Amino acid sequence: MSPVSRGFHRRRQDPAQTAGRVPPGQYVTKDFPVLSAGPTPHTALDRWSFSVGRGGQQKTWSWAEFRALPSEDVTVDIHCVTKWSKLDTVWQGVSVDTLLDLAGHDGPFAMAHCDGGYTTNVPVADLTGGKAWVAYAYDGQPLEPEHGGPARLLVPHLYFWKSAKWVRSLELRDTNDPGFWENYGYHIYGDPWREQRYAGD
Amino acid sequence: MAGTALRRRLTWQVAKVSAVTTETASVRTLTLDVPDWPGHQAGQHLDIRLTDEDGYVAERSYSIASAPGEPVAITVERLEDGEVSPYLTDELRTGDDLELRGPIGGYFIWEPEDGGPLLLLAGGSGVVPLRSILRLRERTGSTVPVRLLYSSRTLDDVIYRAELDQPARGVEVIHTLTRHQPPGWAGYARRADGVLLAEVAWPASEMPLAYACGPTSFVETVSQALVQSGYPPERVKTERFGATGGT
Amino acid sequence: MEAVDGNAIGGLLHEVFSAEMTSAATVCGNCGDARPVAELVVYLRAPGTVVRCRTCDSVLMVFVTVHDRMCVDLQGLAVLG
Repeated sequence: MSPVSRGFHRRRQDPAQTAGRVPPGQYVTKDFPVLSAGPTPHTALDRWSFSVGRGGQQKTWSWAEFRALPSEDVTVDIHCVTKWSKLDTVWQGVSVDTLLDLAGHDGPFAMAHCDGGYTTNVPVADLTGGKAWVAYAYDGQPLEPEHGGPARLLVPHLYFWKSAKWVRSLELRDTNDPGFWENYGYHIYGDPWREQRYAGD
Repeated sequence: MAGTALRRRLTWQVAKVSAVTTETASVRTLTLDVPDWPGHQAGQHLDIRLTDEDGYVAERSYSIASAPGEPVAITVERLEDGEVSPYLTDELRTGDDLELRGPIGGYFIWEPEDGGPLLLLAGGSGVVPLRSILRLRERTGSTVPVRLLYSSRTLDDVIYRAELDQPARGVEVIHTLTRHQPPGWAGYARRADGVLLAEVAWPASEMPLAYACGPTSFVETVSQALVQSGYPPERVKTERFGATGGT
Repeated sequence: MEAVDGNAIGGLLHEVFSAEMTSAATVCGNCGDARPVAELVVYLRAPGTVVRCRTCDSVLMVFVTVHDRMCVDLQGLAVLG
């Protein structure tokens, strides 16, 4: 380890308040860091759509149609592979269960496609059973572009790179093909509780 | 000498802080005693690495403020929500260790034989590497004409103010204060734009060399304006800090 | 997080290539844009460092630190050096 820098410490929350909720190797932050691999897209709502399906069989919603779907308020802990965790984050969005039911499609795997070209893969079993949402509000406010607005995928039980920002579709596939970060060495699944950060972990 | 510097291995080493100088309310210059310093070129930077007791590591890059031949120094602006900069400006003391590697960079550098005239464009703490260039010019007795356009929020935010108020012969310093100006201020009072650049920049026909450093939006604005006015792109060197300086 | 430029990865590239690389020539494999590394668009705050073409935004280089090893992907470049 490098020599310790006298008096330097990262910002962190009191460990006593967070016992049992922080996966191995993570630290709790009160900030909401913005991480990005590219420029922030800005898609006008009147041109935004969201699709679920495969090939030519897609169910697509416009923004108005999407916002008319039943939504949920959820409070979840989120864990970024860069080691910060944020507890009790509040989101509003449409459950992926709802979207898959309406689309009439099924797994086993899904690839999220996003404005700007970002992709990430998630097994459909990890998107259903109340485990995932397409979220359009954070902390009671419309989701800001830098945090993934108009809408992002929210899959809090996996590392947060799987909660794809600027999501536009879930493409259902038969194979678990790697998305953007998975292609560059990150873990194909990404369970923070088993510390699956990189391929082979 | 430059060739050797480019081919060497770059390794982390521990330096000692030998002096801390207050430049403005939020800016400090750290003079460093670096045991294995190979020398540097004007415009280069170094990387700093901080490690806490849990092994958490933060790395940042800072431009070298001193000229080749002077003790190594970096100038750091404290950013309000910064993770690293407040530590460097407020916590670090003379005698403390600081892990660094450098010097780094071979693009954003100026040597007297590169000539001029020079157009230096500084946005906030982007003035740091340009000050290294100015000090090198003076140390070597270069007579290349220089214009420095320096954009700051207020007069109190101007770094190296005393030095820049007494520029060397052949150096012209043009300030623009974007947020607040003192009473009677007759200088520029807005963010740099194409019109301001046209009034300040050497004409393209003089084959100037331009160096633009600062926040990304500042560098984009000034560099694009220069290229549009006829500066060849390869004679406009750019260094973008991101939205908020070096963090 | 606003992007910076290739100057910011000078140290990283020197570590990978054992040479100063910010002045090295690049050509984008997608659109053919040519410029020195220093002028590429760099995103530092991500699970890895992502370097993109200034003209077409294509990914040119990706650096990921996997445990104690640096993984480097340069597939987006047609030319480096």
